[in-house]
Amino acid sequence: MDMIIDLAVHIGTSAFGTVRDVLPIAVILIGFQVFVVRKMPPNPRRMAMGFGYVIVGLTLFLVGLEQALFPLGETMATQLTTPEFIQPESSTQVAWRDYMWVYIFAFAIGFSTTIAEPSLIAVALKAEEISGGSLNALGLRLAVALGVAVGVSLGAFRIVTGTPLPYYIMAGYVIVIIQTVRASKMIIPLAYDSGGVTTSTVTVPVVAALGLGLASTIPGRSPLIDGFGLIAFASVFPIMAVFGYAKLAEWHRHRSKIKTTETPESKRNI
Amino acid sequence: MNKSLKNFFNLVVGAARDLAPIVGVIGFFQVVVLQAPFPNLENIIVGLIFVVLGLALFIQGLEMGLFPIGESMADALAHKGSLPALLGFAFCLGFGTTIAEPALIAVAAEAAGVASAGGAIIDTDESRDNYATGLRLTVALSVGFALVLGVFRILKGWPIQYLIIGGYILVVVITLFAPDEIIGIAYDSGGVTTSTITVPLVTALGVGLASVIRGRNPMIDGFGLIAFASLTPMIFVMIYGMAY
Repeated sequence: MDMIIDLAVHIGTSAFGTVRDVLPIAVILIGFQVFVVRKMPPNPRRMAMGFGYVIVGLTLFLVGLEQALFPLGETMATQLTTPEFIQPESSTQVAWRDYMWVYIFAFAIGFSTTIAEPSLIAVALKAEEISGGSLNALGLRLAVALGVAVGVSLGAFRIVTGTPLPYYIMAGYVIVIIQTVRASKMIIPLAYDSGGVTTSTVTVPVVAALGLGLASTIPGRSPLIDGFGLIAFASVFPIMAVFGYAKLAEWHRHRSKIKTTETPESKRNI
Repeated sequence: MNKSLKNFFNLVVGAARDLAPIVGVIGFFQVVVLQAPFPNLENIIVGLIFVVLGLALFIQGLEMGLFPIGESMADALAHKGSLPALLGFAFCLGFGTTIAEPALIAVAAEAAGVASAGGAIIDTDESRDNYATGLRLTVALSVGFALVLGVFRILKGWPIQYLIIGGYILVVVITLFAPDEIIGIAYDSGGVTTSTITVPLVTALGVGLASVIRGRNPMIDGFGLIAFASLTPMIFVMIYGMAY
């Protein structure tokens, strides 16, 4: 019984939170619709219903995550970084090898939370639709998730070693720029976008807990300064991963010599 | 009715598949690595059912609501032919969705803590609040600006890479002059600004615009708005940290 009351309270507060987040968006959409566009969109009822589904869906999603996964994930991130678990050989020197489980956890949690990220699902669906199916939504999501996984575990390594964040990010930029020069222009905007969509509802809480946990337990690190930066890793590496995925897909198509599917470019050339 | 039920069932199965990796990872670390039991298992199971249903509903709502709304706005504003209206909409969407973003509110509060601990601002609640509010306004302005720039790019058909690489160079240059404490926060703020509801709307807006404007390709010109929205906050926040 207590659990049901708890849950009801939880759903209530979370629904309130979602509505509060959505309110400015709704005001802007309706405001522009009424004062600027002054024309009814097609199917307004269906759209309103869809908007309702989004709010209800997101509320349930967040309540469920807070109920089932976040507490465990956050505790886990902290536990894996405690000296009792790490058992470092010396208490003053930090040996990065002691933190092997942390990197594995960072990789696994980065990958799995990204696969469940709703905004990434949205962009991947759109990309598949626009490309006429030549880009596979699941393939794209797997590439992005792999990028986040590598990024977050490298970010954990950075916190452990205490090396400066800008060096890593700048090196990432250089690689992205080189990949941009070599990439097909079809994939460039999508690759850039995938850096921004990966880090939202699911990924941020657990990854942030990992960063703060690491920075507060490792001697010589300050949670205030070193705890940040994991999200930045999770935003640069997916760009590289998507460029890599596109190259791989291109190479695969080339090799198997199946007749090329209709891409927007081929449509345009007709 | 039967068909839409079956459709929803498929979405639920898809959502369960999307959630399976997290459950696997957390289960593995809890049982094998940390060797701890699961606390209140029934809570977890109820929670998981919620997550799966919620994700399925969200995706259903995406196709019915958010995508069509973004596209119909793009269509209506493009046909109206008023540049100020279109750019005004882009700015409002960016600013309005960011200023209320909970992740940003949290990051701004932490940033204020960093600034007061580092001695950049006086260590009182009031000055911390001012700092956090200023930071939120800065990020919201930067996202508004990003969408204006991004929409303008779609209209002009400029290649995205020059703008983004130019932005990267700006980030690198400003990093050299920015105070150390602000860098981590600034770099992170690029990632936290784009929320789950904003992303589909903004994507549909860009793709919708690129599809109605003659000579634009949705794949080449339609994507990229999110990229601008994750780049400009880094630049604006570092400048804020220098100016404050």
